[in-house]
Amino acid sequence: MASIQLENVSVSFPVYSASTRSLKNRLIQSATGGQIRADTVSQRISVVQALQDINISLKSGDRLGLIGHNGAGKTTLLRVLGGIYEPNSGRVAVQGSTVPLFDIGLGMNQESTGYENIVLRGLFLGLTRQRIRSMMDEIAEFTELGDFLDLPIRTYSAGMQMRLAFAVSTSVVPDILLLDEGIGAGDAAFLNKARERLQHFTEQVSIIVLSSHSEELVRTMCSKALVMEHGQIVFAGPTDEALERYQAMRGW
Amino acid sequence: MSTDTLHGESSLLIQLRHGLRREQIDHALSDIAAGWGRRELWMTLGLHDVRQRYRRSKLGPFWITLSMAIMVLALGILYGQIFGQDLHEYLPFLAAGFVIWGLIASLIIDGCQSFIMAEGMIRQLNAPLSIYAYRGIWSTLIAFGHNIWVFFAVAVWFGVDLNWNLLWVPVALLMLLLNGLWIALFFGLLSARFRDVPLIVGSIVQVLFFITPVIWRPEMLPGRALLLDLNPFYHLVEIMRAPLLGQAPGLENWLTVILITVVGWTATLFFYSAYRWRIAYWV
Repeated sequence: MASIQLENVSVSFPVYSASTRSLKNRLIQSATGGQIRADTVSQRISVVQALQDINISLKSGDRLGLIGHNGAGKTTLLRVLGGIYEPNSGRVAVQGSTVPLFDIGLGMNQESTGYENIVLRGLFLGLTRQRIRSMMDEIAEFTELGDFLDLPIRTYSAGMQMRLAFAVSTSVVPDILLLDEGIGAGDAAFLNKARERLQHFTEQVSIIVLSSHSEELVRTMCSKALVMEHGQIVFAGPTDEALERYQAMRGW
Repeated sequence: MSTDTLHGESSLLIQLRHGLRREQIDHALSDIAAGWGRRELWMTLGLHDVRQRYRRSKLGPFWITLSMAIMVLALGILYGQIFGQDLHEYLPFLAAGFVIWGLIASLIIDGCQSFIMAEGMIRQLNAPLSIYAYRGIWSTLIAFGHNIWVFFAVAVWFGVDLNWNLLWVPVALLMLLLNGLWIALFFGLLSARFRDVPLIVGSIVQVLFFITPVIWRPEMLPGRALLLDLNPFYHLVEIMRAPLLGQAPGLENWLTVILITVVGWTATLFFYSAYRWRIAYWV
């Protein structure tokens, strides 16, 4: 069974300036010792507290929306859930196969053909070549790209590339799905077909965590929501209440 | 977001203490093991990297072969004259040395870029970080697979005695790649934090090319000074060049290489355990 437990998770980011990124400066700094120290106050590394004392507990069937301003820590939290960022402190326990789908086109290679890109995207999602080959026909058919699949995808329109990425990304169902602003599906003609597939796909996923600015999207997909501000959770509860709270917070 | 300022040094120490706990060492080891498990992914990525460079040219990746061949011929004929060498001996020596040096240099130089180059993927993909190190090594190996034919062509043309010692070549290759892996992890990590490291390393490698016997023969150095024996790159090159030229590999060369491997891996495991979890924040 899929589950997510976060206990007192905090994440802070170093913000480096050009000089703190230089090994040469760093060595000179330590070699010259105290005297120059006085001038190097400006070389301190600023730290941004991106998440503070986050506690979350999710179980199978949960659909959690993350709402908040830009920079409230939504994306950082998704990355912590995906195991990309290890927190500075606190405990993260995630059970189940996790797929972060922040950019469904991640890793697509412009010079490679459609078929090659299906394989590539599949490998990114953690599938084996053999598994991808067995799903190839189904994916190819869904994209309706036909002979185009033999051409490098740089010859595709943006919409066609989107279809391809969409078709592969929704072909395998993970236990936990992490989404940043939902999944785009390309041109209008394709949209209905995509919506159906997306619905079928998301229904099978155990846990979804969605970060979005679109209240509409959060309302339709999520039963629960967190309102975040300055890296902290300021409200957790049913989506409707969370959205009200968020609107009140913005309050103008 | 609230911001506060800390001394860089103290936070680095905090990170180090955090990183050296037992579980972090386990994480680092399982990262490297899990990276190996995702080899279908990094093999594909490495192959795409090579093809990307040569995609629209007729010769494709054989451009690598061709440019290596031209380099070896030009340098061979020029330096053969300067050093007054017999081309029958000198050209195969140079070709072998050059191809091996190309492999080692690219393991180091590309190794520095392993995490920097993959920053987009690192922040979006929950895969073990070591796959980016493996990926670079794989594309280096593919390039080597194209270059080595230059040596064999020269060797056949000049009638080099290709004998059973050739069996040492794959063993030596494996050893070089094993060293390439710690180099990619170690220097990749260091470069992700300090962005001038690739530049520093690049210029050091250039100097090393001249002080390592690649275009000159070890025998040309009077008294076979310490300069030779203390240069780890001499031994790294030699374990592969000797069997390519039909000679039995030297024991001292192998022992030195094994020592380098052990020391390199120990240092790398230490740093990779301590700082692996910071890489995603650094890139």
